[in-house]
Amino acid sequence: MIQLESVSKAYKTSTRPALDDVTVDVDKGEFVFLIGPSGSGKSTFLRLLLREEVPSKGRVSVSNFDVAKMPRRRVPRLRQTIGCVFQDFRLLNNKTVSENVAFALEVIGKPKHTITKVVPEVLELVGLDGKADRMPHELSGGEQQRVAMARAFVNRPLVLLADEPTGNLDPDTSQDIMLLLERINRTGTTVLMATHDHSIVDSMRRRVVELDNGKVIRDDRRGVYGVGR
Amino acid sequence: MRASFVFSEVVTGLRRNVTMTIAMILTTAISLGMFGGGLLLVRTIDKMQASYLDDVEVTVYLTQDISANDQNCTAEPCSTIRSSLENNQAVESVVFEDRDEAYERFQRIFEGQPELVELARPESLPASLHVKLFDPERSDVIVQEFGDQPGVANVDDQNKFLDRFFDLLNSGRDGTFIVAAIAALAAVLLIANTIQVSAYTRRTEVGIMRLVGATRWYTQLPFLLEAVVAGVIGAALGVVGLVGVKYIALDRIFEATGGAIPNIEIVDILFPVAPVLLGVSILISAVTGYVTLRAYVRT
Ligand SMILES: Nc1ncnc2c1ncn2[C@@H]1O[C@H](COP(=O)(O)OP(=O)(O)O)[C@@H](O)[C@H]1O
Ligand SMILES: [Mg+2]
Repeated sequence: MIQLESVSKAYKTSTRPALDDVTVDVDKGEFVFLIGPSGSGKSTFLRLLLREEVPSKGRVSVSNFDVAKMPRRRVPRLRQTIGCVFQDFRLLNNKTVSENVAFALEVIGKPKHTITKVVPEVLELVGLDGKADRMPHELSGGEQQRVAMARAFVNRPLVLLADEPTGNLDPDTSQDIMLLLERINRTGTTVLMATHDHSIVDSMRRRVVELDNGKVIRDDRRGVYGVGR
Repeated sequence: MRASFVFSEVVTGLRRNVTMTIAMILTTAISLGMFGGGLLLVRTIDKMQASYLDDVEVTVYLTQDISANDQNCTAEPCSTIRSSLENNQAVESVVFEDRDEAYERFQRIFEGQPELVELARPESLPASLHVKLFDPERSDVIVQEFGDQPGVANVDDQNKFLDRFFDLLNSGRDGTFIVAAIAALAAVLLIANTIQVSAYTRRTEVGIMRLVGATRWYTQLPFLLEAVVAGVIGAALGVVGLVGVKYIALDRIFEATGGAIPNIEIVDILFPVAPVLLGVSILISAVTGYVTLRAYVRT
C-alpha cells in the first residue's frame, strides 16, 4: 500500500537531510507507528506520502500512485485516497461540526444527497452524533480531534495518516483517540501514525518504525517505544 | 463542480473584505466609465467628421470693388479667378455668390438675432466664390494659390477651423483614454491585492481543501470569481455613470453648441459601449486574478 525505496529528502534551507536513504514497505490494512525524537523526520515522511513535498532521491508510492513522479494535476486524486489528522486539529472555526465534515466532501464535488447521508454516519462512528451542530470552540480537545478524524475518514480513504494526533491531549483522551484509530484500522484502512508518546506505542503492540536523524534505525513487527529508555 | 458551494464562497469572500471590495468596484467603475466615455467620443468625432467634411468649402472673398461693380463675375479679374479655380485639378465645383445672395444667407443664419440683421447692409458684405474640393484636406493649395491674387480680399478655409476643432476633440478623447488607463492600472493593482488578502484570510480553508484533494478549480475559482463579480458590478456602475453624465452634463453642453456636436444617445451607450465595457472588465479581472493566483498563491 505504501512504499518508500531509498528515499532521501533534503530541504533547501538545511544542510542535514531530513530523511536519509529510507526504505519502508507498509501492507494494506497495517497499523504502523512512526516514532523518533522531534526533528527525526516523521512529519517529512508523511508529507512525502501526501506529495506536500517531493523527495530529493528515491521512489515513493501510495496505492497505485507513483507519488514523486505523478503530474501535479493528479495530486488531488492521490489526496482523496488519503485521510489526515494533525496535532492541531485544523478545523474551520466558523463552521459547525457537521459542516466541517461536510466541507471535505463539498470541495471534492460530492453530491449533496451523498453528503447528507454519510456525514451523520461518520459522526456516529467517531461518537459525536449528539454534537453535530456545535461549533469547534464548544468542544473539548478530544472531541475536536474526533471531528478531524471524522473529516479525514468520511471519504473512506485507503490510508489514514496521523501526525502526533494525541500531542495536545491528556492520556485518557489520547487512549480514546487510539481506540478510534484502531476501529478505523479494522475497517481495512491502513493507518500510519507519527508519535513520540511512549505509553501509547507500548500499549498497542503494533509495528514500529523508528527514525533518528532521518534514518530508519528500527522496524519491529510488534514493537514497544524503546528498550532501556 | 458544486455551484452553490462556489457561490457561497464568493459571497463570503466579497463580504469579508467590504471596504476593499468597494474600492475595487469603484476604481473599476471609474476606469471603465472613462474608457466608455472615450469610446463615445470616438464615435461622436467619427460622425462629425463624416457629416462636416462633406460640406467643407474654401471661400474666396472678393474685394469691395468687385463686390460692388461686377454682379455676375463676368469681368476681369473675377472671371479669370473663377475659370482658373474651375480648371484646378483639386476643385470639384465653384459657385459665385454675389452681395445680395450673401445678404440673404446672412439673414437666414442670424434669423434669431434681428438686431444683428438690422445692423447689416448688403453693401458691407463681400461677394465670394464658394469652392468645393474633391479632398477637403487639400485646401492649402487653394489658399496659397489664390490668397494673394488681385481681386481677392482673403481666402477663408473652413477646413483649417475644423482641424483646430477636431484637434481639440481628439485631445479630449486621448486625455480620457489616458485617465482611463491610469484608473485601470489602479483597478488591476487593487484586484491583485484583494485576491492576495482574500487568499491569505482563507489560508486555513484552502489548506484543508488541498489536503482533502480539492482540485485547483475548487480552491481557486472562488477567488477568481470574486474578482470577476467585482468587475461586472464595476462595469454596470460605469455604464450607469455614463448615462448619468449624459443626462446631467453632456446633453446640456452639446445643446449649447447649437447642434454642432451631435447628441450622445442612450442606444450609443447601451450598444456597443456597454457590452464592450463588460467584456473588457471580465477579461481584465479574470486575467489579473489568474496571474495573481499563479504568482502568489500556492496551489
Ligand atoms: N519546511 C522545512 N524547511 C526546512 N527544513 C525543514 C522543513 N521541515 C522540516 N525541516 C527539517 O527537517 C528535519 C525533520 O523535520 P520533521 O520531519 O518535521 O521532524 P519531526 O516531525 O520528526 O519532528 C528537521 O531538522 C527540520 O528542522
Ligand atoms: Mg513533526
